[in-house]
Amino acid sequence: MSIDMSQFHQVFFDEAEEHLGQIENLLVSIDLRHPDAEELNAVFRAAHSIKGSAATFGFSDMAEITHVMESLLDDVRKGARALEPEIVDACLAAGDVLRAQLAGHRGQGKADPAQAAAIVARLTALDGAAEAVRTAAPAPAASPATDDPAPTSSPLLAEVFDVRFVAEPHVANEPALLDNLLDELGRLGGVDVVQRPADGAEDRAWWLKITTLMPAATLRDVLDFMAEPGSVDIRAAGADAPDGEGSAYGLFAPLPAASPAAEEDEAAYGFFVDPAPPAPVPEPPPAAKGGDTSIRVSVEKVDLMINLVGELVITQVMLMASSQGIDPVRHERLLAGIDQLQRNMRDLQDTVMSVRMLPISTVFSRFPRVVHDLSRKLDKAVELKLLGEHTELDKGLVERLADPLTHLVRNSLDHGIERADERRARGKPATGTITLAASHQSGHVVIEVGDDGAGLDRERILAKARQQGLAVPDSLTDAEVWQLIFEPGFSTAEVVTDVSGRGVGMDVVRRNISAMGGRVDVQSIRGVGTRFTVRLPLTLAILDGMSVRVGSETYILPLTLIAESLQPSADMVHSISGVRRLIRVRGRYLPVVELHREFGVADGKSDWTEGIMVVVEVDGAQVALFVDELLGQHQVVIKSLETNFRRVKGFSGATILGDGRVAMILDLPALAGGVRRLHPVAA
Amino acid sequence: MTKNVLAVDDSASIRQMVNFTLRSAGYTVVDAMDGRDGLARAREQQFDLVLTDQNMPHMDGLALIRALRELPAYRQVPILMLTTESSDAMKAQGRSAGATGWMVKPFDPLKLIEVVRKVIG
Repeated sequence: MSIDMSQFHQVFFDEAEEHLGQIENLLVSIDLRHPDAEELNAVFRAAHSIKGSAATFGFSDMAEITHVMESLLDDVRKGARALEPEIVDACLAAGDVLRAQLAGHRGQGKADPAQAAAIVARLTALDGAAEAVRTAAPAPAASPATDDPAPTSSPLLAEVFDVRFVAEPHVANEPALLDNLLDELGRLGGVDVVQRPADGAEDRAWWLKITTLMPAATLRDVLDFMAEPGSVDIRAAGADAPDGEGSAYGLFAPLPAASPAAEEDEAAYGFFVDPAPPAPVPEPPPAAKGGDTSIRVSVEKVDLMINLVGELVITQVMLMASSQGIDPVRHERLLAGIDQLQRNMRDLQDTVMSVRMLPISTVFSRFPRVVHDLSRKLDKAVELKLLGEHTELDKGLVERLADPLTHLVRNSLDHGIERADERRARGKPATGTITLAASHQSGHVVIEVGDDGAGLDRERILAKARQQGLAVPDSLTDAEVWQLIFEPGFSTAEVVTDVSGRGVGMDVVRRNISAMGGRVDVQSIRGVGTRFTVRLPLTLAILDGMSVRVGSETYILPLTLIAESLQPSADMVHSISGVRRLIRVRGRYLPVVELHREFGVADGKSDWTEGIMVVVEVDGAQVALFVDELLGQHQVVIKSLETNFRRVKGFSGATILGDGRVAMILDLPALAGGVRRLHPVAA
Repeated sequence: MTKNVLAVDDSASIRQMVNFTLRSAGYTVVDAMDGRDGLARAREQQFDLVLTDQNMPHMDGLALIRALRELPAYRQVPILMLTTESSDAMKAQGRSAGATGWMVKPFDPLKLIEVVRKVIG
């Protein structure tokens, strides 16, 4: 019987990834001066666990790194040495290399062996005073994995090892694997083959002399994957020949008579005592373990399901619409059925949508590292607080959120949080705080990125805006001033840093979030801090819409962007130099987008006082849309125009109405953007 | 009658591998994810053999072995440690905790079957 180990690889990949995430999270949050013993243990265990599994499944590159990491962390957790920042950094860097290796094994890209060698050297250099002498020569240690011939190391520093082992049968019979093994050893130092087993010979032992800077453990690790377990013997040259001890198994007691073969076996296991003859077992109770509680399904399947549910919703809405006029007495059962269908439909829809939901922690988890690295780079003391990590939102949104949120966090760190001395001078705690909080609020996901830093500087933003040629009156409210930072090409950082970039960014952040059907707002108080609030729909597939009529056409507006709707009276209508008209709502002048004009609907109303103004709030500014009438609110299933037709300016998608007709969903940011540029909002 | 094996390891991939390997060899296998879990499983049902990792959260392998040896039902049941560490000190600790034997990780699945056969047939 042979066992195919590759079937366990997926589990190993997932598990290793989880452990790597855990190592990173623990290391970036750990208190360097007073590390928590349990946290240190957990980091150690995670490295240890990766090493064990990686070795078992033949991923020797990962085992090699985690091996050194483990030994370093072991000293730390035992208190033999302090947890220096350099250890944390090296372990984090090792985590990155391990991730790359993991991706490589998953078939996603290729890990750079030179990086692996460099990190092994770095960790080894840190690992204990014993190695310090040997690793004092940095050059050879940093380059062992290049394709160059074996490093010609200084004989003063290098050690010569006598290495004996028996190759695994599958290795011994495969010249290419043997060559690999010798190559791999060659990267560690000079290799002389003293004895090579002849084909078919009884004695299958290899004997090598290896001159290397590496500790014996590293040689052993390389050999462990190719040699029969327990057959590896490594000792400093000149020491006595192997005597069978120090191997991978041993016996402390005579073996049971039933297992006479064990004595001569390779030392991969051992018995301390006679294994007792198995006691007769009473009636075995049913297996305690149930089946797996989760399954993996491809996203395509889920999306197909969601799509089908969407079609069902449309059919159900159509049935409802057709049942409107029928006699409730004669068709009581039919109407009750349609009611029931609607309820079940809503539950089905919620359930199916929840399959696509992921906790936001999948995005948040990257930030401890981002903040750790960046705060060290900028030499600022920052604590990151994560709240509401279990908040769920659509998988598609989660993936697209990573970039904008990263930008906001980096921005807070770079521009928001002050240096420690500055903070102290202002009577603030020296350590700044960045808060990432997610929550559900009435059908939306709200994510806040807050800092307790310097706050936005109104004067500087206004000055910068004027310099950029924007028409900005002094009378702008703070909220309106803050919105300016989302204008293209706007950056108030006096020195362009490589951290927050060159002022490209905040506009991209707003555009990305608008593209997801969301919006971003900013609040700030000088000296106290800044808070960005990102508001997103729960899902991309279904929209809470308001349908409006313009002539014979029906359009859908995203309900979330609607502030109010009103029927204007004649005295609310204003013209400015005859070019374009505004309406005045409670003292504010709003630009108007006439949908019939915008989309060329000939039979639409043109007298404003006869129709309805829908006030929408887009990117922090209000715009009024002129429509004939409001039809009603409903959930609509979004059909992408790009996939089914092509992109059309002014529309973000389409949907199918209950009566089977197609209605376009308005792209409000695009529509509003057109008029806002012409009419800066007046207070 | 099928023999029951309890496999205790905090690594899911190792658990799966051990589970699969021993099931392939005709044993019934129950997994546990750490010492505490292992002890709970062992109390629920009688096993013919316990395989345990050493380094685990909540309760490590040595502590599990000691706890099992306190239970009358497990005084005689063979317990093997599967460990990456094969130092003499570790072996001495395992032995005094009451382990029957040990096996070094990484190991070949076939070797595992062989060892288990030796112990419980």
